[in-house]
Amino acid sequence: MLLSVENITVRYGRLTALRNFSLTMEQGETLFVTGPNGAGKSTLLKSIAGVVAPVTGTIHFHEQDVGGQPPEGIARLGLSMVPEGRHVFGSLTIEENLILGAGMRRDKARMAENLASVYDLFPVLSERKDSHAGVLSGGQQQMLVIGRALMTEPQLIAIDEPSLGLAPKIIDQVYDTLTRLRDERGLSLLIVEQSTTRAVMAGGRMVMLRSGELVLEGDARELSKGDALNAAYFGFEEH
Amino acid sequence: MTAVLQILFDALSVGSIYALGALGIALIFGVMRLVNFAHGDYIAFCVFAMLWPSLDVVAIVFIGNLPWFLLIPVILGIGAGLSIISEILVFRRLRDANPATMMITSFALGFVIHNVLLMFYSSRPKAINLWSNLSLPVEIMGARIPLLQVITIVMTIVILLALVTFLRRTQFGVEMRAAAEDFTMARMLGVKANRVIMAAFGVSGALAGCIALILATQTGVADINMGLPVMLVAFVATVIGGLGSLHGAVIAGFLIGGVSVLLQVFLPLEARPFRDAFVYSAVIASLLWRPQGLFAPKSSKERV
Repeated sequence: MLLSVENITVRYGRLTALRNFSLTMEQGETLFVTGPNGAGKSTLLKSIAGVVAPVTGTIHFHEQDVGGQPPEGIARLGLSMVPEGRHVFGSLTIEENLILGAGMRRDKARMAENLASVYDLFPVLSERKDSHAGVLSGGQQQMLVIGRALMTEPQLIAIDEPSLGLAPKIIDQVYDTLTRLRDERGLSLLIVEQSTTRAVMAGGRMVMLRSGELVLEGDARELSKGDALNAAYFGFEEH
Repeated sequence: MTAVLQILFDALSVGSIYALGALGIALIFGVMRLVNFAHGDYIAFCVFAMLWPSLDVVAIVFIGNLPWFLLIPVILGIGAGLSIISEILVFRRLRDANPATMMITSFALGFVIHNVLLMFYSSRPKAINLWSNLSLPVEIMGARIPLLQVITIVMTIVILLALVTFLRRTQFGVEMRAAAEDFTMARMLGVKANRVIMAAFGVSGALAGCIALILATQTGVADINMGLPVMLVAFVATVIGGLGSLHGAVIAGFLIGGVSVLLQVFLPLEARPFRDAFVYSAVIASLLWRPQGLFAPKSSKERV
């Protein structure tokens, strides 16, 4: 098992953001985490990445307990996080942003190889590699942070709302890239999206969160056939 | 012409001290959101480190007698060491505390260092004679400039160039810049928090050591309060420059130095005692015009 989250509860002060939540992922799997605003999706990713600490429960990555590990420790295990809002380093050049992801490997040859492969994947980044990342458009920034995550040679990329603030055409490109990475490199993807549309389009397993709790789990396409999806999303009672 | 040159050198050498101080404060603020008010006391500590502890009126120069090529690295090392020790013993425990708590802690740490100096050296300023031949003037294009001013400016430029090269050309430098901009994101890319923060404290402390050497040579006095005015102006410079922006801090440091020297020269005689009031009016005007600072980083500052 690649990732296993067991019964975690996360609180911010008196507010409980996640309650007794569990999740497992296999190598090479794509898992969508969906749900309305404030459901606890970002909190889930932050706890997996070691940014917030759950009050109870355990998180294992590659059978290794990562509870209490700092974010840099978890990144070094092969879990790369792309947080909401992308977080490019605007004052760094594009190439510096990418090189940053390779810092922990300390292997110049591999770094050059990975850099070439990222530029191959996103030619637009190579054209502008010496400009500041702050000047890139939203779509280009999304490509940059995916490229930066790839530079860490991850086994799992956790990505929070990759479609946020992007034009539909650009979102298509982002998802094309993500599915290509999954198919060609066997990368595991944990994707958080507010809407279920992308999950249904891309296919794969989906879990849905609402108010910090798991409300639905299953194959995205199967779930989309009935009313269950909408009912769970909006919290309608069964009649 | 010579007068202009003289003013220029005055402005640059005063600005150099402020710029080095502002850089020391901005480096730590960048990675930790901490305004380290103990920085001024690091400067005083470095000055007194040259003396043997005694309550006598006459200073007993000890380390200060080392030849310059040993004294400089030793004092820089003492500054860096003191700064790193305060990180490990004090600030590391407050890493997740809010900025106000950290700031007040830095005040407390400053008082502790201050009182340690008081205990071992007494509060009386002591004359020290460090590199006194540096105050002899040299002639540059007709103007007579104290050699120390020239050395201060050249040293500052060398330090700034070295720092820029380090920050731009090395992997660790890129990591430090990234950490200053968005610490959590940098960590999620595998940048080790402790290493980056310790390096920032180390460089910052070494800069305090630089200032100590310049001030001690310039004034010929060791005074436990000597770091405070520099620290205050340097802090103001980091704010005007835009908190979190390293080059903003440096430029603002030079700017304040330049403005105060110009005011000193051109203010009418009876207004000169109030020079600092004019300097700070300029500071207020600058902040009203750009509250985020002259060189605020473009990226959003939202932090997880």
